[in-house]
Amino acid sequence: MPVKKSTCPAARELLFGDLWEYDPAPESAPAFIEPRYGLFINGKFVAPKTKKYFDSISPRNEEKLSEIALAGAADVDAAYQAASAAFTSWSKLPGTERAKYLFRIARLLQDRAREFAVAETLDGGKPITESRDFDVPMAAAHFFYHAGWADKLGYVTPGRKLTPLGVVGQIIPWNFPLLMLAWKLAPALATGNTVVLKPAETTSITALKFASILQDAGLPPGVVNIVTGAGETGAAVVNHPLAAKIAFTGSTEVGKSIQRALAGTGKRLTLELGGKTANIIFEDAPLDQAVEGIINGIFFNQGHVCCAGSRLLVQESVAGQILSKLKIRLKSLRTGDPLDKNTDVGAINSQAQLDRIRELVACGVAEGAELYQPDCELPKKGFYFPPTLFSKVAMSHRIARDEIFGPVLSILTFRTPEEAGEKANNTCYGLSAGVWTDKGSRILKMSAALKAGIVWANSFNKFDPASPFGGYRESGLGREGGKQGLLDYANLIQVP
Amino acid sequence: MSTRNFHALRGLLNDVGAVDQVGIDERVAKFATRSIKKNAKVFGLKLAVTMVDLTTLEGKDTPGKIASLCQKALRPHDATDIPPTAAVCVYPSMVKHAAKHLRGTPVKIASVAAAFPSSQTPLRTRIAEVRAAVADGADEIDMVINRGAFLAGELQLVQDEISAVLEACGDRTLKVILETSELETYDNIRAASFLAMRVLRPGDFIKTSTGKTSANATPGNNQVMLEAIRDHFLATGIEIAMKPAGGIRTAKQALHFLVAVKETLGDAWLTNTRYRFGASALLNDLVRQLVKEKTGAYQAPYTFSESSSAY
Repeated sequence: MPVKKSTCPAARELLFGDLWEYDPAPESAPAFIEPRYGLFINGKFVAPKTKKYFDSISPRNEEKLSEIALAGAADVDAAYQAASAAFTSWSKLPGTERAKYLFRIARLLQDRAREFAVAETLDGGKPITESRDFDVPMAAAHFFYHAGWADKLGYVTPGRKLTPLGVVGQIIPWNFPLLMLAWKLAPALATGNTVVLKPAETTSITALKFASILQDAGLPPGVVNIVTGAGETGAAVVNHPLAAKIAFTGSTEVGKSIQRALAGTGKRLTLELGGKTANIIFEDAPLDQAVEGIINGIFFNQGHVCCAGSRLLVQESVAGQILSKLKIRLKSLRTGDPLDKNTDVGAINSQAQLDRIRELVACGVAEGAELYQPDCELPKKGFYFPPTLFSKVAMSHRIARDEIFGPVLSILTFRTPEEAGEKANNTCYGLSAGVWTDKGSRILKMSAALKAGIVWANSFNKFDPASPFGGYRESGLGREGGKQGLLDYANLIQVP
Repeated sequence: MSTRNFHALRGLLNDVGAVDQVGIDERVAKFATRSIKKNAKVFGLKLAVTMVDLTTLEGKDTPGKIASLCQKALRPHDATDIPPTAAVCVYPSMVKHAAKHLRGTPVKIASVAAAFPSSQTPLRTRIAEVRAAVADGADEIDMVINRGAFLAGELQLVQDEISAVLEACGDRTLKVILETSELETYDNIRAASFLAMRVLRPGDFIKTSTGKTSANATPGNNQVMLEAIRDHFLATGIEIAMKPAGGIRTAKQALHFLVAVKETLGDAWLTNTRYRFGASALLNDLVRQLVKEKTGAYQAPYTFSESSSAY
């Protein structure tokens, strides 16, 4: 006779315990990180004129990975001189030839994908599944995509010709080090510019490893130069007189100072800054998939995403349901060693960022929002923060307004579509938004009403090299990717 | 189709909520990235063996074939640490032959019944078939819903027929096959899951497929049904069990289905009273992997046949 288990209606809880615990599954491929990296100037690694190096540590366990050269003004100048010298021949190269280099770079990156994924995870703390399945393949995809543009520049804008700008100074952030490098380098090279690139000081390693790919691809010396260092190095990159354009991705605060510094210099500028993205859930949305979208939106890369869906706006009628579904979902989200293939949320990038997250979370609690964190054991060494939900958040709370850049979700409610749009737009940012509803017409109406550069419908964090990415208001200016991104790296000349 | 019936389906969907296909497919793709190694793998493989409903549903089935299938179910391999399967699953005419080998053992006898796989016979015929299978010793009855009625919007009829079969089962476990490939959309699969669950008892199953159509259990429809079971449990406290069937041939697939169970319904469903695999070839791949884990090497391909007709 089959056993009929009697049920106990009182205990309607799902148990996510350790009956079948996954064994540790650490990625074991070597990352080939050098003990010390110089600056990559004119096709070669050179020692910095400052003779100074700084340590790069892994947020995973706070262990030192490598020593990185600190570039001073003289080093940055050398990089610009090399880039300027290389510009003459690089910009005259036929598009078909530049395309070959880009293709070669993309293929070499694919060949070494595993190695780069491991290095990215060690250096930045993101889960290996993300660097393996997202960062590295997307970086390669951007080079492939722009290789396709390089020989078609004559057809992008009928009646007008695209010409390169010159030497471009590029400063990239620490959240997607390799991918942001690809977003910046690929369009600049496709359009015939040469580059001085500065990675973030906590995550320079994959950029410096990437220099070896440029060497293997036979890219002419000086076309890409990589200088490493912190804010002062960045300022030297921004203020160098040879720069024709500055492309910056990072915080709104630094973006504003760059814009001030460039005022009146005639240098072009694109900025990709912060965000406080509203993810809007209507009552008719497919709730379980919306929950997945919310989880992906805020916990992807530990929330270190400028377009992270950090402000959840839920229609009041389903707010309770969404919150309880989110709490259940958090129980099976695995936080821990980013090198483990089963980790969903990895390490916070740096001590400084961890401190900022802690400060803002404490502020949320003090302001009266309701905190929820699942029971999860965090590694003892390294920088970790548990996935966090704040419910009962009001628009006036700091956690509803400031970009936290961590795995912290603020949940607000709304009653009508108009109120949703109003609350979503009530921010200084305008980068992205998410809309979840089963009603197609509402998606169209909301996407027109939302002041955001990107609106995702019934999905979140979707990226493609062909799709322009960027925001407005304090989220920046200019686009990256697609035809629009390409045009930001070129002058348009009227053809007689 | 009458307007009222259309509203019945729409109303049910409004009640139980819609499903987004892209979202489900993304979710299940994540399960497949879980890395199951070492002890976790051995545990998962053994668990999967205990969940197999070892199935033969062929016109050419004979008492002899059933006998060897039953032996295989009781003792999947000469290694004694490999447990028996949950059940064998046979046509009603074979139940009495299976009973000779399985009575008094932990392996249950499941029988498809109620005009499997089409369900296109009069209800009284289907009921009679169920009663006959039960009388011959079936512990579990696998019935398939009236898809024609479902797609015509006759939801009440679908549910009433399930109730009638349930009554004919007596105290035996019922498994309700939705035949997901014929319902086609995830919305329909979710709606049909609720239609069945609302008349089922705790411990009864919902099941994806008959294995007789072109598409059978997929990670996607498995996930839709697991989430329906979870929502029904949280709303009512009734624990419905789940059985994906057809198309799960490899140990790796089975482990990914189990990851979905672990991360959607939790530990309480990681048992063969709550989760089963309707499969035949799967068992030998599970055994193959278990032997590999023990010896460190894959055995020659002919050691474990791919074809269940050679069990």
